[in-house]
Amino acid sequence: MIPIEAVIGFGLIIFTIGLAGVLVRKNLVIMLMSLELLLNGVNIILAGLGRHLNSPRGSIFALFVIINAVSEAAVGFALVLAYFRHRKSYDTDSLNDLKG
Amino acid sequence: MNILGIPILTLVTFFPVAGMVVVLALPGSRTRAIKLAANIFTGLEFVATVLLLTRFDASSGDMQFLERVPWIKAIGAQYLLGVDGISLLLVLLTSLLTFIATLSSWQAVQKRLKEYYVFLLLLETGMIGVFLALDLLLFYVFWEVVLVPMYFLIGVWGGERKLYAAIKFFLYTLFGSVAMLVGILVLRSQHQTFDVLAMLAAGPVLPVALQSWVFLAFFLGFAIKVPMFPFHTWLPDAHVEAPTAGSVILAGVLLKMGTYGFLRFSMPLLPDAARRYAPAIVVLALVAIVYGALVSLMQKDMKKLIAYSSVSHMGFVMLGLFVLTPMAAKGAVLQMVNHGISTGALFLIVGIIYERRHTRLISEFGGLASRMPVYAAVFLIMTMSSIGLPGLNGFIGEFMILMGTFPVSWLWTAVAATGIVLGAGYMLWLYQRVMFGRLANPANESLKDLTLRELATFLPLIVLAFWIGIFPKPFLAVLDKPVEKIIRVVNPAHFEVPR
Amino acid sequence: MFALIPLFPLLGAAVNGIVGIRYFSRRAVGVTAVGAAGLSFAASIAAFAGLLRSAEPVLVKTLFTWVPASLIRTAGGTTIPFALDLTFRYDSLAAVMTLVVTGVGLLIHIYSVGYMSHDRSYARFFAYLNLFTFAMLVLVLGANLAVMFIGWEGVGLCSYLLIGFWFTKDSAADAGKKAFITNRVGDFGFLLGTGLLLFALGTIDTAGITAAVEGGMLAKGTATAAALLLFLGATGKSAQIPLYTWLPDAMEGPTPVSALIHAATMVTAGVYMVARLHALFSLSGTAMAVVALTGAFTAVYAATMGFVQTDIKRVLAYSTISQIGYMFIGLGVGAYAAGIFHLMTHAFFKSLLFLAAGSVIHALSGEQDMRRMGGLRKRIPRTYFVFLVGALAISGLPGLSGFFSKDEILASAFASGNYLVWGLGLAGAGMTAFYMFRLIFLTFFGEERFSGETAHHLHESPPVMLVPLQILALLAVVGGYVGLPRILGGGAWFGRFLETSTGAHESHLAAGTEVLLMAVSVAVAAVAIFAAWTIYVKRKGEPARRFTERFRALHRTVARKYYVDEAYNRIFVGGVFVAARVADWIDRRVIDGLVDGAAALARGASRLSILFDEGVVDGAVNGVGRVHLAASSLLRRLQTGFVYNYALAVVLGVALVITLVIVVL
Repeated sequence: MIPIEAVIGFGLIIFTIGLAGVLVRKNLVIMLMSLELLLNGVNIILAGLGRHLNSPRGSIFALFVIINAVSEAAVGFALVLAYFRHRKSYDTDSLNDLKG
Repeated sequence: MNILGIPILTLVTFFPVAGMVVVLALPGSRTRAIKLAANIFTGLEFVATVLLLTRFDASSGDMQFLERVPWIKAIGAQYLLGVDGISLLLVLLTSLLTFIATLSSWQAVQKRLKEYYVFLLLLETGMIGVFLALDLLLFYVFWEVVLVPMYFLIGVWGGERKLYAAIKFFLYTLFGSVAMLVGILVLRSQHQTFDVLAMLAAGPVLPVALQSWVFLAFFLGFAIKVPMFPFHTWLPDAHVEAPTAGSVILAGVLLKMGTYGFLRFSMPLLPDAARRYAPAIVVLALVAIVYGALVSLMQKDMKKLIAYSSVSHMGFVMLGLFVLTPMAAKGAVLQMVNHGISTGALFLIVGIIYERRHTRLISEFGGLASRMPVYAAVFLIMTMSSIGLPGLNGFIGEFMILMGTFPVSWLWTAVAATGIVLGAGYMLWLYQRVMFGRLANPANESLKDLTLRELATFLPLIVLAFWIGIFPKPFLAVLDKPVEKIIRVVNPAHFEVPR
Repeated sequence: MFALIPLFPLLGAAVNGIVGIRYFSRRAVGVTAVGAAGLSFAASIAAFAGLLRSAEPVLVKTLFTWVPASLIRTAGGTTIPFALDLTFRYDSLAAVMTLVVTGVGLLIHIYSVGYMSHDRSYARFFAYLNLFTFAMLVLVLGANLAVMFIGWEGVGLCSYLLIGFWFTKDSAADAGKKAFITNRVGDFGFLLGTGLLLFALGTIDTAGITAAVEGGMLAKGTATAAALLLFLGATGKSAQIPLYTWLPDAMEGPTPVSALIHAATMVTAGVYMVARLHALFSLSGTAMAVVALTGAFTAVYAATMGFVQTDIKRVLAYSTISQIGYMFIGLGVGAYAAGIFHLMTHAFFKSLLFLAAGSVIHALSGEQDMRRMGGLRKRIPRTYFVFLVGALAISGLPGLSGFFSKDEILASAFASGNYLVWGLGLAGAGMTAFYMFRLIFLTFFGEERFSGETAHHLHESPPVMLVPLQILALLAVVGGYVGLPRILGGGAWFGRFLETSTGAHESHLAAGTEVLLMAVSVAVAAVAIFAAWTIYVKRKGEPARRFTERFRALHRTVARKYYVDEAYNRIFVGGVFVAARVADWIDRRVIDGLVDGAAALARGASRLSILFDEGVVDGAVNGVGRVHLAASSLLRRLQTGFVYNYALAVVLGVALVITLVIVVL
């Protein structure tokens, strides 16, 4: 039986890696991958806690998140693709149209 | 009451607006079509008002063809139109003069034709509305509607100092009408309605002191419009700068709105105050008669001279109204029409030579009678009409006013009669300086006599001048009952027969 | 029937004035105008014959209601309806007047065909002349003061137009205007008098006034006031003191006009009006005295100016003023019929004199100055003859018309006991004879003083002018016999005929006195004629020149018409203009000054409020904007546009929230 602390710690580590990837990397594809990591980190914690508390809700919620992640990835990559066609680059530094 | 299911008064009031829409719809480049449309609409409007006459019951002193529709329920304002003999004559005068003014503009107006006719038609609706409205708020709205087109007519199509004149006209009258609005609101608060007929039926419920204040408020509004001495100085400027058609309508109709207001609203609604202030107003009127005539003598500009003569003539009208006798009051209303005819025609007459010479200075002319005999004849007839030659319209009004004044005060009559002497002085002097003598100014040698179209514009006025002078009965017959009704309210003492 | 009398001239005026002026030949114009006048005269004769046969002394014809009834308050305190009808009344007085107006009018129309034949505005002239006849007929036929006033003003208008007929001449245009305005001063009185009568009696119908006055409904003071006011109107129209100054100037008009309007008819309108209202005037002794004295003084005063005039027409003009004075003497002493009698005979001989003077002027190619005439007796004998007849008639040669009428007036004045009036009248008679014969001697006797050029064109007038003159001369001779007094074997038929309209007038003179009075006036006239002959023929004007030398100031004063014109100009015209200038100044400086001042004040206030607006209100608004702008330029730095920056901000924010939650909870 894996202790709950380990599961949470592992989830947090995955989450942190994802967060760092999103914040630090400038490549849009890498950022999207990091986003997946973020979600999966949360999923691990959700599933772990569900099992720890002996409730199916954690797993159910994790499933929803996976579905969301899939659709998010699909839309996200489509956007990235469109962006690439437009700018010939994945670099987010050129993506500052929202600058005030 | 309607004719053939058509609300006739609404039709008469808003028909020019229909014309306005048509003119607006026409492209500005099609000048001929615009002129035609404007002429046809004002012409038809005149026909419509004449039709009104055929169904009018002259033997009644009551309002006829009443139309009553709730308008703004929250404050009790109604859309209430009605006509009696007084309004009828003035509406006829309005539609006739507007038609003539439109006709006379055929060549005189060249720039911004479309807007010009739009304003002219809108003006007509406003004026007719003023004479038909029996709801004070509605009356006020029409009153103000008149102001705007006139402002533009002077300000856009006027002479050199048009802006000064237009703004002076606008501010003066606006000042007056705001005072009037206050008066209207006070009446509303006392009567709980804007309905004049209801107010009349209720009788003078206002205490005399309050009546006086309301009367003074109304007085400002109406006196400026008349214009009474000393509120008259907007008139010469406005007249001088306005285009011919504007002057014709201004003198012919707009001034009557003031005297009409006195007769229709101030006198019957505020009889005690009217009685109280009547002597003061008579004195102002007498001053206006003499003063206007004197100032006329000094004028170098023909239009200005005629404008001041209007001050004098309107003094006669005010005198006739405020001596509060039926004969004088009837004479006064007839004199309103007469003044519209003769002064309107005189402005047209000046307009004719202004159009040819582009100056109105008397000193520029002289000896025109030998170049323009027909013009000289028309001018002479209208001069005589203006100075009250018996057999022409002016005399009947003046005679009735003087005879109606005499029983009240011989002194007032005497002062007013000096106006007749002076009137002959300034008009004949004007005529002499323009028409008689040698044709000294070479610029006048090529002047053309009246064209057929110009003569046609004068013809109805000449016919009316003779008609009213010789057989005024139809005109006085419609006035008889309504005027007497009003005088009975204001001055019942006049009718009492002491034992 | 009699209502047709004014219709023809009106039609004539309309046809000539509207159609004829453009499309008619001279001949057609003349035929129309003379035809209209002739038909009118025929209608007058027919109406007169009808009146003689009729049992009714007064015929009335109401055309229609002119001004419908209004309630008026009268002096009695009652309120009654008052309506004006367009009514004509035909009685003996109106019959005499219409006959004179249309008869003399017809002759003058015929004369004018010749006299005006070279004028450019031929149709216009005849249109005016016909219109004048119409107006004059309305005046004499009008049954109430208002209808009379139509004619009264109508003749004034025609007079204005005809005096100023040659309007390119400034003096003519001025004279026309002066005539009209002076008459308007009189109308002022007429209108007020009308108003007073209406107020006092509730009627302005002349018969109604007479009836009411005779019924004792009018207080004496009111009667005096009304009569004097109306008389003011009469002095204007009939050129009496004080409103006489326009008549000499009126000679600017064509001569036939002077004859018809300013001698025979229009100027006697005042006389007619007083006679028409004889009951009213008779009621007031004061008014009667004023009328008689005004007439007497005017008769003498105007005659003095006749002495020194050199313009042939002006002499006649002053003579007219003087003769109308006689008529007023007659009226003022109650002898209304005598006044009208003189009106009629005067119409004959004075229009004769004017037309004959016209003939002289015509012969001399427009010369009017007697100093450039003389000796014309042999050149134009026919004109001379008729002129002489006229002069003898006006001087009162026994047997001619002027003798009868003038003597009736003087006898009545004597009988009334007002010897001042009688004395003035007698003096005037002598003066009249003197200046008339001065005119004759200067014009027709002595040496020829005109230029050779003029002499070359000198010719007797054509028959179209001479025949009317001869007819008038005949009338001037025999016209008086209709009023042949009883004392001379006549029946005073004229006076009796007029009794139905002007009332009976009893003269209380003994037969001897009457004859004596006649003798005196004839003697005075004879002496005056002899004096004129001595001075101007026998001694060739030498005494007159000496007199002028001796009394230069006096002569100049009279020749300048006693400076009355100048005085009137100074006082009245000048006064009005001073008042006008003051009023104009007040208008521009005071009233408009106040208005413009108010406007300037408003503009000043608005300038202040603009300052406030721009400084404070707008300042505040703009200030807010500016603060926002500054703040935003600071804050915009935060918006890098880099998604990761935003993500970082989100993370930091979440971390902050979590921290806060942990710390706080």
